[in-house]
Amino acid sequence: MESLFYIAAVTALASTVLVVTGKNASHALIYLIVSLLSVAVIFFLLGAPFAAALEVVVYAGAIVVLFLFVVMMLNLGKGSVARESAWLRPSMWILPCLLTVPLFLGLVYALSGEPVQTAAVMVGPKTVGTQLFGPYLLAVELAGILLLAALVGAYHLGRRYLSERREEV
Amino acid sequence: MNFALSIPLEHVFVLAVALFCIGLTGVLVRRNVMFVLMSLEVMMNACGLAFVAAGARWAQADGQIMFMFILALAAAEVAVALGIVLQLSRRFDSLDVDSADEMHS
Repeated sequence: MESLFYIAAVTALASTVLVVTGKNASHALIYLIVSLLSVAVIFFLLGAPFAAALEVVVYAGAIVVLFLFVVMMLNLGKGSVARESAWLRPSMWILPCLLTVPLFLGLVYALSGEPVQTAAVMVGPKTVGTQLFGPYLLAVELAGILLLAALVGAYHLGRRYLSERREEV
Repeated sequence: MNFALSIPLEHVFVLAVALFCIGLTGVLVRRNVMFVLMSLEVMMNACGLAFVAAGARWAQADGQIMFMFILALAAAEVAVALGIVLQLSRRFDSLDVDSADEMHS
């Protein structure tokens, strides 16, 4: 059964690499959905079914669909893949990888201690809900205010006249 | 019904770190704003994975609650950032992040 975790982990890593290196935005979004779904499988195996459901519903369902809407609105034509290839020369990967590979190795070295197993206990939605609306109530209110601010900001930025007024000046 | 498995915590953390580093590389390398935002999503997802794994270690709900706050943060960030992407494409007719460097002399 534990091999399920490793299968999901390899799937997540491979699809995430394809997201980052992709040329076509809509294909990269499909790979992002695959990556998020495999992370949802890992959440389920870790004993967090509510987090797994939220990962599918909110991340793969809502956020990626928002991305897809914008990709459709921008109407990226056939030239976009060629432009991405021009922007993404192989030599551009060298310096960022020189920065992130030592970070990865350092964090892995920091994690290499005595092996610890996860508890293998399922923490269900009821437990999460009572905790969320008990000790974490203030944080829930703050998250609500953050989402309201994001709603107002997205409405303001999405208006069309922001660009039209600039042309009059 | 209990599907939860006993998985080595280090392996989950190494996966989270690897996903985070892949996302960070994407943020550093890509010039297209859409791909930069997708890499940011990957990074936030990796953070959520680390939180859920730590919550599963002690069988507490706190990890999942922090994951839900990361989810709310990601949703708010994406809504505002995609509005900025639309403005960028309207004003500069390009998705290149370097096209918006008017303040740079």
